[in-house]
Amino acid sequence: MKITLLQNRFLNAAYWDELLRRLIPMLKRELTTFRSSGAVPGVFRSMVLKEMSDHIRSWRVVILIAIILLTCVGSLYTALSGISDAVKPGSVDEEFFFLKLFTLSDGSLPPYFVFIGFLGPLLGISLGFDAINTEQNRGTLSRLLAQPIPRDYVINTKFTAALWVISLLFFFLSFLVIGAGLVVLGIPPTPSEFMRIISFTLLSIVYVALWLNLSLYFSVRFRQPATSALSGIAVWLFFTVFYPLIANVLINAVAPSPFASRRSIYLFERFQFLIMQLMPNELFSQATSTLLMPTVRSLGPLTMEQMDGALPGPLPLGQSLLLVWPQLTGLIGLTLICFILSYLAFMRREIRSR
Amino acid sequence: MEEATIVTRNLTKRYGDFVAVDNLTLEIGRGEVFGLLGPNGAGKSTTILMLMGMTEPSSGCVRVCGLDPVRQPIDVKRRVGYLPEDVGFYDDLSGLDNLIYTACLNGLSEKEAHSRALHLMKRVGLAEETTKKAGKYSRGMRQRLGLADVLLRYPEVIILDEPTLGLDPSGTRDFLRLIVTLSREEGITVLFSSHHLHQVQQVCDRVGIFVKGRLLAQGDITSLANQLFPNSTSDEGREYGLEDIYHHFFEGGSGNENHAATK
Repeated sequence: MKITLLQNRFLNAAYWDELLRRLIPMLKRELTTFRSSGAVPGVFRSMVLKEMSDHIRSWRVVILIAIILLTCVGSLYTALSGISDAVKPGSVDEEFFFLKLFTLSDGSLPPYFVFIGFLGPLLGISLGFDAINTEQNRGTLSRLLAQPIPRDYVINTKFTAALWVISLLFFFLSFLVIGAGLVVLGIPPTPSEFMRIISFTLLSIVYVALWLNLSLYFSVRFRQPATSALSGIAVWLFFTVFYPLIANVLINAVAPSPFASRRSIYLFERFQFLIMQLMPNELFSQATSTLLMPTVRSLGPLTMEQMDGALPGPLPLGQSLLLVWPQLTGLIGLTLICFILSYLAFMRREIRSR
Repeated sequence: MEEATIVTRNLTKRYGDFVAVDNLTLEIGRGEVFGLLGPNGAGKSTTILMLMGMTEPSSGCVRVCGLDPVRQPIDVKRRVGYLPEDVGFYDDLSGLDNLIYTACLNGLSEKEAHSRALHLMKRVGLAEETTKKAGKYSRGMRQRLGLADVLLRYPEVIILDEPTLGLDPSGTRDFLRLIVTLSREEGITVLFSSHHLHQVQQVCDRVGIFVKGRLLAQGDITSLANQLFPNSTSDEGREYGLEDIYHHFFEGGSGNENHAATK
């Protein structure tokens, strides 16, 4: 009886009419007070522009961008010089000829996407580690907060400006590789290859944004820029050098004997996969290699039943994306968590002069 | 009488067990130059932060230009200019560019920002330093640039936190004179904190004496002196008054002896 009454109320058009009539003016009022208490429009933009020009003019970013550019050109060169041997006519690879530019290596230099996985974190850390604390040490933060702008503009613009710099850089690099490939090879990328390259670029931006946010958090947390830079680098080193070691020890400790039951071997494989996936760089390398190599069909352990009847062949882009969806979600989630941490830490802090 | 520009009632700020500001009740009228006098760590800066809405009071209420800084911090900041203690600028930008950036944050158009910034730099005596990088400015120049920065938004109130700290005597005198002139000409209310009684004495209409988070006395210097030392003549009160008052509070009422000693 009760349920039907409730249903009736929700189905009643007059009820909704009344509700909307009450809600809309309220929302309007909220919106106008929100607007009037906000900053002048355009302030956000001019703050972002100023931060960006600071980044672009600073030596540190110039040096890092130069290093990344050099490695990009270096790996592009090795890829271009080795590409004629790499592709045999009639193989599956032939279809995704263009993507080879990003993944091919003759052993002297790692391929482009491995370089980005390695240098990207450094770029992110260097863009963010002194965002807030330098501003405070110079005495400009308290002056900035005394301006009629919402407080979160300070941290939001820092993040947005750095993100713009990263995005511009990565799109520039990707288009540079595509352009060089076009000129040297004379073969244009297929639409699906192009989309793969774009998703790879977006993924790299998310990955660098993760490290950017982490170092942004350290810059709010630590007063000294050196401390904050070192903590960022420590986390990065931990995940690139030490975590794999620790993971290996753990994995060896629980490894079952070759004669263990199939189920325990399967569980062990899953455990191994899980432990490696706690590393953000592993997430990134799994996601990028799947995106750039359409022949990668799975990431975790597979049983024989799952393999049964599978035809070897490249995946379409949608399927590749679906395959790396967990990795993608994990990376974006980590990025958001880091940003929320730094946002909260910044908003709750009392800012005094110097 | 019209409503006071800055009003606080039973304003209190606690950090854990420590009470930084204790039941402060204060009224500052329009166009007044008010000096907040007290030793270091008396809670002057904390009070100013609460007036600006940059920290939340633990209890009590604040009104600045009739607005509540806790609820409408941005509207308050639009009307109030705040010069923090030891203000900093972006070292790699010129003084003028620093001001133009602030002006943009205050919603001035680029052209307007440029002319207003130039005008104010002339006003504070930095006309020849407009293109010099702010990192190369001397301490006194930085303070003057800070004042120009505060004036950009056509403030109704300016709040200066220890503005004369680290300036030489002549720089201090010029700076204080500039503040008074501005206040008189444009009817700006000025709240200014210091631990130098001479400076406060030189420029302020009224003084509040602030020790350990409490406002011990307020009023103009003559009346304060008369309250505390009813025997001294008003002439002497004007001459040595504030010093005596200061000693009275900070050194446990030894003001009269000191006074005798200086004679």
